[in-house]
Amino acid sequence: MEVAAAKALGAGIAVIALAGVGIGIGNIFASLVASIARNPSARDQVFGLGILGFALTEAVALFALLIAFLILFT
Amino acid sequence: MAAEGKAIDALGQFTLNTALGPLGASVNFSQANMLMVVGGVLTLALLYFGMRPRAVVPGRLQALAEISYKFVHDMCVDQIGDEGKRYFPFVFTIFFFVLMGNLIGLFPFQFTYTSHIAVTGALAAMVVVVTTVVALKIHGLHFFAYFFPDGAPKALAPLIIPIEVISYLSRLVSLSVRLFANMVAGHVMLKVFASFIVMLGAAGVLGQIIAVGPVVLTVGLVGFELLVAFLQAYVFAILTCIYLHDAVHLH
Repeated sequence: MEVAAAKALGAGIAVIALAGVGIGIGNIFASLVASIARNPSARDQVFGLGILGFALTEAVALFALLIAFLILFT
Repeated sequence: MAAEGKAIDALGQFTLNTALGPLGASVNFSQANMLMVVGGVLTLALLYFGMRPRAVVPGRLQALAEISYKFVHDMCVDQIGDEGKRYFPFVFTIFFFVLMGNLIGLFPFQFTYTSHIAVTGALAAMVVVVTTVVALKIHGLHFFAYFFPDGAPKALAPLIIPIEVISYLSRLVSLSVRLFANMVAGHVMLKVFASFIVMLGAAGVLGQIIAVGPVVLTVGLVGFELLVAFLQAYVFAILTCIYLHDAVHLH
């Protein structure tokens, strides 16, 4: 197989991990909205936790993206 | 990317060059080192000039200095407890070092020193070593009980202890790679979308009309990167606090 085609395929396969990250971030914000709707006064405490969870989950997406970039550009 | 005539040079922005002319070149003083100094000086200047008026009703700069101090201080006390005040200078230094690195990198033609694994790896190693030393100093050899939670069945020890040790050591990797990957991925993404504008702009009138899309997207991405720059500094600092909490209280 041509190297360029294999690189494009590999980069595409590498970002499959983003499916899990999408589910995870959706889950985090769904729970965040639900908990704020149940108890609006807890918003300040819960919001920080939600953002922390978002950042930790987003890091997984960036690991996958980084691998894809490495395959494409090096 | 070989299909296009001109490949996108996305990783070129992360190469190190020597700064300050021949003097810097003779001691290998790179632009990363220079920007670290700039970041440190900016932080000191913010605190010095911000707090010089000592007004009861703060001006803009004083408000910024007070808010940043209080923000990190509250983070320490909330996460670690009252002992957190002792570790406040450490967390404050780390927070501002990372924040300045991320923010300076957002200026055009500037270098992001947090985009190098050597820098973030050294920071994460410092955090792990400091937390371990703090734990050993407070708890002595009792610290090793951290790797085997109370009340767990003794028969599970061969399974639990390796897992706990690996998860303790993997803090080093996750802490450094998270920051480094965020910065690299963000800047590569910006570069790729900015390159689309140039490529489409060179492709005639139709291309120039389509190029409006990447322009709008790039503007949005810069705002997103500003959020990420702050968020990653916050995450790095709060994880440092959580690790220090574990070290001080052991679970």
